[in-house]
This record gives sequence, C-alpha cells and structure tokens, in this order.
Amino acid sequence: MRILLLFAHPALEKSRVNRRLIREVQGLPGVTFHDLYEAYPDFEVDARQEQALLTAHDLIVMQHPLYWYTVPPLVNQWKISVLTYGWAYGEGGGALRGKTWLSAITTGGSDAAYQRDGLNRFTIRELLAPLEQAVHLCGMDFLPPFVVHNTLRITPAEIEGAASDYRLALEALRDGRLDREAARAEPRLNSHLDRLLSR
Amino acid sequence: MHAEGFFAQAFVYLLAAVVAVPIAKRLGLGSVLGYLLAGVAIGPFGLGFVGQEGQDLLHFAEFGVVMMLFLVGLELEPSLLWRLRAPILGLGGLQVTLTASAVAGLCLALGLGWKAAVAVGLTLSLSSTAIVLQTLSEKGLLKTSGGQSSFAVLLFQDIAVIPMLAIFPLLASAPAVSGAEAAAHATTWVDGLPGWAHTLAVAGTVAAVVLAGRFLVRPVLRAIAGTRLPEVFTAAALLLVIAIALLMTRIGLSPALGTFLAGVVLANSEYRHELESDIAPFKGLLLGLFFLAVGASIDFGLVAARPGLVAGLVVGLMAVKFGVLAALGAGFRLGTDQNLLFAFGLCQMGEFAFVLLSFATQQGVLGAEVASPLVAVVALSMALTPLLFLANEKLLQPRLGTRQEGERSPDAIHEDNPVIIAGFGRFGHVVGRLLRANGVGATVLDLDSDRVDLLRKVGLPVFYGDATRPELLRSAGAEKASLLVLALDSPEKTLALVHLVRKHFPHLTVLARATDRSDAYELIDAGVAHVYRETFDTSLRMAVDALRLLGFRAPQAQRASHTFFRHDEDSVRAMAAMRRDHARHLLATRESIADLERLLLAEREEVHVHRDAGWDSDACTDAEECPPDRPDSGSR
Repeated sequence: MRILLLFAHPALEKSRVNRRLIREVQGLPGVTFHDLYEAYPDFEVDARQEQALLTAHDLIVMQHPLYWYTVPPLVNQWKISVLTYGWAYGEGGGALRGKTWLSAITTGGSDAAYQRDGLNRFTIRELLAPLEQAVHLCGMDFLPPFVVHNTLRITPAEIEGAASDYRLALEALRDGRLDREAARAEPRLNSHLDRLLSR
Repeated sequence: MHAEGFFAQAFVYLLAAVVAVPIAKRLGLGSVLGYLLAGVAIGPFGLGFVGQEGQDLLHFAEFGVVMMLFLVGLELEPSLLWRLRAPILGLGGLQVTLTASAVAGLCLALGLGWKAAVAVGLTLSLSSTAIVLQTLSEKGLLKTSGGQSSFAVLLFQDIAVIPMLAIFPLLASAPAVSGAEAAAHATTWVDGLPGWAHTLAVAGTVAAVVLAGRFLVRPVLRAIAGTRLPEVFTAAALLLVIAIALLMTRIGLSPALGTFLAGVVLANSEYRHELESDIAPFKGLLLGLFFLAVGASIDFGLVAARPGLVAGLVVGLMAVKFGVLAALGAGFRLGTDQNLLFAFGLCQMGEFAFVLLSFATQQGVLGAEVASPLVAVVALSMALTPLLFLANEKLLQPRLGTRQEGERSPDAIHEDNPVIIAGFGRFGHVVGRLLRANGVGATVLDLDSDRVDLLRKVGLPVFYGDATRPELLRSAGAEKASLLVLALDSPEKTLALVHLVRKHFPHLTVLARATDRSDAYELIDAGVAHVYRETFDTSLRMAVDALRLLGFRAPQAQRASHTFFRHDEDSVRAMAAMRRDHARHLLATRESIADLERLLLAEREEVHVHRDAGWDSDACTDAEECPPDRPDSGSR
C-alpha cells in the first residue's frame, strides 16, 4: 500500500509529540510526506495537486492535533477544496473509492477526558463523526484513529513509545499485516496495537 | 628613475610573481614561499634581473606590512582587543622576554658584549607578522586557538618594537657611525626634543589618531562616499593609511602600529567593509613585493662563504625560539596540535629585525660583522617558515588525533551572518527587518551613504559599500553565509552581482528583486530560482482592494488575486525561455492572458472548476447527494 501522510500543524516548531511522530515515519519506504501548512500557509489549497496526490496513494493518513474538538482549520479548507463533487463523490465522482483513511490525532486531554462521562462528554470517535461521514461519502474505509493523548504532560519515554507504535502501525498497514476486522472493535488503533499486528 | 627602467623593473617583479605564485600554490606551498622563491630567482644570486636596489625596495614594500596591520586593526573591534588582553600581554610579553633572554645568553656565551647581546636578543625575539598572518589567513587558521595565540604574540611584538627603538641608543657602546649619517637619519620632528616633550608628542599623536578616527575620518568618508565615485573612495582609503604612516614615521613611531590603531578605531564604522576591500588589493601586491624583496636580498655570497655558521645560526636560533614558544603554548594550555601550529608558526625572525639591525648598526650597538650574517639568517628563517608550516600540516598534524576546525573558535572576528542583504532601500529594509525581528542576523550592504548614516542612527547595522565587488562580499562574510538577498535599485547591478556570485560563491542561494517582467526574465536566465518583481504583489493587493470597493466579497477577490499570482508566476518562468523568439513570445503572451481570463471567469461563473466547486451551490443538483456540512447547505 502506498501511504500519503497529510500533516497539518500550524506551529510545528512548538510541538514535541507531532515532531517526534513525523520524524519516526517520514522516511519510511512507501510513505509520501506532505505538510499542508507548509504547502499552503495562505490557505489557498491547490486542489489539482492534492487530487493527483490522493489518486496516487491507497492509504490516506491525516495527522494533526485536535483543536477545539475538531480538525485544524486548514484541514477543513482542504476537505472543502479537494473533496469536490464530481471528483470525490456525486455524479462522475468516486476517485477515492476503495482507499483507506486513517486519522492520526494528538490531544492535550487524557483518554479519560474524552469519554461520555469525562470532561469532554464525547469520545474522539464521536468528535470525528463529520470527518468519518465525509470519508464514507467518498467511498473510503475509515479506520479507528491513532490517538496520542495527554501531550502536555507526556513523558519523553511515552513519546518514544507512541512514535514507535505509529511506525509499527503504518508499516503493518503498508504491508497488509494489520488485522482490520479486529481493529474495528477498538476505540483507537493504538489501544492494543500488538493484538492487531500479525507477523 | 627613468620611466622605461621603472617599467622594466615592474615587469620583472610582476612577471616573477605571476609565474611563481600560481606554481607554488598549485604545489601546495602557499603564496608566501612562491614570492620568496621568485625573489631568489630574480635576485643577484639567481638570474640577476634585480640587484642592489633590493634593500630600497624592501623599505618601500614594508608598506605592505603597514597596510596589513591596518586591515588587521579593521577586523578587531576594541572589545575583542580587550578580550585578548591576557594572551597579548601574558603570552606576548613572556615570549619576548624569555626569547630575548635566551638569545642574549647565547650571544654572551659566544663572546659578545652584554649590550650587543641584549640588542641581538631583543631583535631576534620578534617574529614575522607578514608571513605568519598571511599564511594563517590563507590556510583559514586565524580563528583557531593556535592562530589567535599567534596573533596575540605578533601584536605584542609589533608594539614592543617601539620601546626597543627607544632603548637601542642607550645600548650603544661605540659612538654613532658618523655625524653625517646620524644627521641623515634625523628625519623625525621629535629628535631634538627633551625626553618629556618626546613622550608628550608621542602620546599626543596617538590621541590625535584616535580622536580623528572617531570624529573626523567618518564624516570625511561619508562626504566622499556621497560623491558616489568609488575610485575617490579608494584614493581616500589609501590617503588615510599613507597619512598615518607618515605621521607615525615623523614622530618616530612604527607606522604599522599607527595604522593598526587607526584600523581599530575604524573597526566599528560603517565604512569598514569598504575600506577593507579597497585596501586589500594594495596590501596583497605590496606584501608580495615585500616577500619578493626578502627573497632577492638574501646574501647567498655570505651563506656560501660561511655555510656552517649561517646554517648553525638559523637552526640554533629557530630551535631556541621554538622551545620557548612551545613551552609557553603548553603553559597557556594550547592543545598539542594548536601548540605546534603556534610554535612552528612563530619560530622565525621577523621583518622588524631588518629595521632593528640596521638601526642598531647606525647607533653603534652592533658591528657590521655581527649584523650582516644576522640579516641573512633572518631572511633564511623567514624563507623556511612556509616550509615549516607545510611540514607541520602534512607530516605532524595528521599524526595527531583530533584537529580543531578553523570555524569552531568562539572568538569570531568577522560577522558571520547567515544572510547578506545587498541594498537596504525601500525594498531591502523590509526584508531585513522581518529577518531581524525573527532573530536572523543579516549583514547589510548599501551604497547610499546618507541612508547608511540614517540607518545607523536608528541602530541598524548597515555597511557602506558596493556589493558588486567580490572582495567586499567576501569581507561581508559571503563564504559562510547561505542566503544573499539582492534588493538593489539597478537591474544591471543586480544581474552583474548574480553572475559574480555564481562564479565566486556558488553555494549562496540568491533571492533577487526584479523591477519588471523583462528583468525577471534576465534573472531567471541567469539561473536565479527566487525572483521577486518589486511591484507585482503590491499591484495585486491594490487590485484586490479595487474589486472589494466595487462590491466583490473579500474572499472572492482574494482568491482571484491568488489565481492570478500563481498563473503569472508560472507564465514568467515559461516565457523566459522563449522571449527571444519575438513572434512566439507575443503569441504565448496573448494565449497566457486569455488563459488567465478564462480561469478567473470560470471561478466566478462555472460549475465544474476543480478547486472551488465545493463552494458553489449549483454543484449540488441532487439534494440527496449534498453532504450536510457544506457551507451552502443552509442557504438552500
């Protein structure tokens, strides 16, 4: 599987976790890294180029921090500009059908905070519902998100663990070694990653 | 001298330099050795092209040393000098004292009188500033700790020449050679004065140089720069150096020291880079001439007559100096590799020895039978220095473990900014300010002296100078910078600079301002990847505002501008290649304009344009297919 890693972080220079995560997977064979904020600092997304990139890959990974319970603004802009009627969905659409989508998300809050009975009252999966539906509309398979919680308090060792999990997950997806059926039952792709990986 | 004779002489010297130096450099011997060998070759003991005027020439060419010290001074801000005070006084003072004592002791053992022994000791304790600094800077070793220590010691030695000149007359055991000669030598203004007046005059002159440098020279340079005649500025730079040299000679001080002082005073000035690049070629040629003259003045007759004595003296004296230097280097905690560089570098005798030896002879301190062989010994030891550097570099250093890199020393003399901005007018200064606000240092060069003056008043470090000169770029740190921002007013200069930079500093990424489209073509042709048409973005902003004032919504106007921008940038690049073909270019231009209009119209009206279809409510004809979160869904 060819992986397109779409990365969206407006202030990467301030990030610890996202920087570490992308460093881990950037050079992997089969992974195309595309930094959206670097490409479109003025939010004028080049739809043609983006669509060509999407066409050339099978797994679309959208990596970003969670802002106000949703994606960073450029991701929304990207969705609107790129996933257009007649291309991604609707009459004459379907360019993305059969591809897979994975959201890779970092949050400041803990896992416990993102629960029905937690501070944020919704799970990550629930907050991602609009995105999931957009992906579904385009005929893509939406995997449970890869989530790293607690980014403000996370220890260096935990960052290392998350980075290595991220690489393992992407490699397994790339090589078809990840048990997708088992994954569907998980709230996060990395809840019990070891159980999803087959040798 | 007859003009013809003069030209013939100049021809021989220049030819010798032009032939020998490139060969020497190619063989890895360095330019100094090349000059010295060329001097030997054309000298009385080689081909005999030049003869007895060697000594006169030497005096003239010593002016190269004077200029070199001016340049050294320019690179040394007073604060740096203050930071180097420990090595200058400690290392330098100890080196002169210990070497002089050791050599004097040797002389006593060889049966010289104590006064002569002291004079010889002091004279031979000095090393060659010219050879060492030139070689170190050629090899890029000036900023290593060994290089800095060498520099400190050389500086102390150059200062120490003054008291030496003062005490030599006191050492005279015989009366001065003859009244006539003494009178001929009495060319300074202070000769007849009593001691206290002498001291006062010297102190006064030094103070005058410092004050004039601070308050007089800068306004004068500013006025001259205002004429925008570079050759007048060059003349002024030379005049400055010559005037100070003359003044210093007249009050019996070392001209080299005087110009060094003037250089330090001007080191903080905005004209520093310009002065540096104006003087540098003269310094280079005169120093070359100096080395040639040293080579030509080696008395091989004497060497052949008493080879054992001369060889013994050369080896013995250099060994003594090396021992003292190495011990001091170890005491001042230089690493082995740096200490070797330091000790090998400074173990020769210097050009001031020629001056002091002839002075000592005149004053009756030394007899000719002592002085003449010593002159040969000094010249030979200077000639051996480049070979010692080479031996150290090729044979010894590889055997030592880690080498300190030239760049690592924290005491950087140059400004080493990652960015150089050429032109700091209405265009360049915006670039500079944004960089500066982000903590990015930029060395700024500008040719408008009034502006330079103004900007310096508001605290922006700007240097006066014409950036189209490679020497100036070099002294502004082009070798270490990574970006060059070209924001000059003149397209011709910009293009000239691009060619120059691609030739001399190919590692620099150039960001160039173009006045218009045809400028942009030229720059793209010249290989510049980052071209900025100066009014392009502003015009687009104005157009966006015009659209908005006419009632267009801001995002639509903004998007139109963006499309226009991208399209036009692409078309400039595409058309740069075909513009010489007039008909094709015209056609392509027409097509490009039509293409753009189609694109913009489509954005406004049509449905299935890739990028913005998502915005367009008409795109969604079937309500079932409309995603619920689309911006238009609520309005329908």
